[in-house]
Amino acid sequence: MKRLRRLFLAPTAALLAVTMAAPLAIVCLYSLMTRGAYGGVEKPFTFENYTRFWDPIYAAILWRSCWIAAVATALCVVLAFPLALFIARSGSKKNLYLSLVILPFWTSFLIRTYAWMFLLRDTGLINTLLQALGVIHEPLPLLYNNGAVILGLVYGFLPFMVLPLYATLERMDPSLAEASADLGARPLQTLWRVTLPLCAPGVRAGSLLVFVPCLGTYLTSDLLGGSKTILIGNLVQNQFTTARDWPFGAAASLALMAVAMGLLLAARRQGEEML
Amino acid sequence: MILELRGVSKRFGSNAAVTGLNLAVDRGEFFSLLGPSGCGKTTTLRMIAGFETPDEGEIRLNGSRIDALPPYRRSVNTVFQNYALFPHLTVRGNVEFGLRRMGRSGIESKVRAVLDQVRLQDKASRMPAQLSGGERQRVALARALALEPDVLLLDEPLAALDPQLRKQVRAELKDLQRRVGVTFLFITHDQEEALSMSDRIAVMNHGSVEQVGAPEEVYRRPRTRFVASFLGEMNWIGGVGLRPEALRISREAGAGSRCAIVKGSAFLGPVSHVEMELESGEICIAQVAAEFTRFQIGEAVHLRWNETDELRFPA
Repeated sequence: MKRLRRLFLAPTAALLAVTMAAPLAIVCLYSLMTRGAYGGVEKPFTFENYTRFWDPIYAAILWRSCWIAAVATALCVVLAFPLALFIARSGSKKNLYLSLVILPFWTSFLIRTYAWMFLLRDTGLINTLLQALGVIHEPLPLLYNNGAVILGLVYGFLPFMVLPLYATLERMDPSLAEASADLGARPLQTLWRVTLPLCAPGVRAGSLLVFVPCLGTYLTSDLLGGSKTILIGNLVQNQFTTARDWPFGAAASLALMAVAMGLLLAARRQGEEML
Repeated sequence: MILELRGVSKRFGSNAAVTGLNLAVDRGEFFSLLGPSGCGKTTTLRMIAGFETPDEGEIRLNGSRIDALPPYRRSVNTVFQNYALFPHLTVRGNVEFGLRRMGRSGIESKVRAVLDQVRLQDKASRMPAQLSGGERQRVALARALALEPDVLLLDEPLAALDPQLRKQVRAELKDLQRRVGVTFLFITHDQEEALSMSDRIAVMNHGSVEQVGAPEEVYRRPRTRFVASFLGEMNWIGGVGLRPEALRISREAGAGSRCAIVKGSAFLGPVSHVEMELESGEICIAQVAAEFTRFQIGEAVHLRWNETDELRFPA
């Protein structure tokens, strides 16, 4: 039995070793080396790539990445909760609504982000429409700012919040809400005092699923944020492409990973306390 | 009369859960709704609590109609079958919940008093997951009683307990009801529970009440064939109903006795149940004192009973 288990696990383990562990080891190694003249890495080994993070420019980028990801996550919670509640309580239509939530995944994320550009830019649908209606005379600056990045992130990652919240709400014993009403709680009080607190595991799972990729995003910030909104994801990308500073790019991506891991552990500990 | 249901009906799709139900519960009573699963007793409770709205009829509490009110506006509280304790709140938090929502004063002393009543003072800061089944049931009771409802609705509150505990809790529950003086409307499918605890029982079948009466009354003078069969054991011999304890077995023939062959017997402690087949092919069970002579399987015996013990029902 045990042998059989190992046998079936072997392909996955091998795949993970080659595609995850090995590149990660290479990234770790690169982050400790010196930048080559035309890209690539050279000796000697150094910690300098990490000490550069004390530079306020990079600290600001890291900080901006964190708060943008946090705001996007919070908005996802606020938007996903009513939706998940609605789906969990819609009986036989549940599966239909769930497929609608997942439907955007059928198109490439890149194309969907481009679609937002067409909507938001100065000559885009929204500005053209508002101008045609005479609501505004100058196009609104909808694109190339933090707001556009957050909008793009919320749009892109909302399903990752809806699904775990839905799973928690779906499993919740309906008699708890009834007991709350029975004891004199109005619907909003029941939502606030019973349903929402019991959703904490779902909120936590969804927040991780949204926050971590938001933190590392580069596509959304690149397309919707323009050159003004550089996030840590863009920093990493730049180091490996235009800047040709692979060691610093590797260090930055590891710093990003460290932040994400720290949050993961914190969330897990909090989850254990809840039990 | 504290609670009254008049002509209450409820359908779920094509399925009639409750049809033209009439019920009147007196103040301070321990009143049981007894019936098999699917007889509409839980739907009835849910309509009184406000979780379902009747399609027809009216529900009155203290004389005023409540059937259109939401649950949080009704002075009834429910002990749920699975207790439905809030898992994220302590015992105290659960008991306080209603008092806080209703904006009552003197919450702390009320919580203490009601936890005292169910003997859970020392468990106040535990989480529900840390309690035993019996303790959870008492928290559910305390939580519902804290609001001093006009009627306490109990939805099979003993079903989730293990059989050993169930009997003990029966006595405790009855005692608690007597002490607090709150009207209990107790839902159960267990006839023994209903008989042992209730002041009055309403026996339900197919969505309506077949008979209401004191336990002795519904047991001794069942009004319908269903009530007779559902409460206790019932033999049907030549169209009349006879309780096992009404049948007497002997080895000698007597005036008016019927011949039967012993098919089996079950020893139940103080009594034994002897199963017999009559010449007509009807099967019946007689209850005999356990110390009585044991009957052998296949033995021919004679069966007698008093005519006054015969229960007759219109077909």
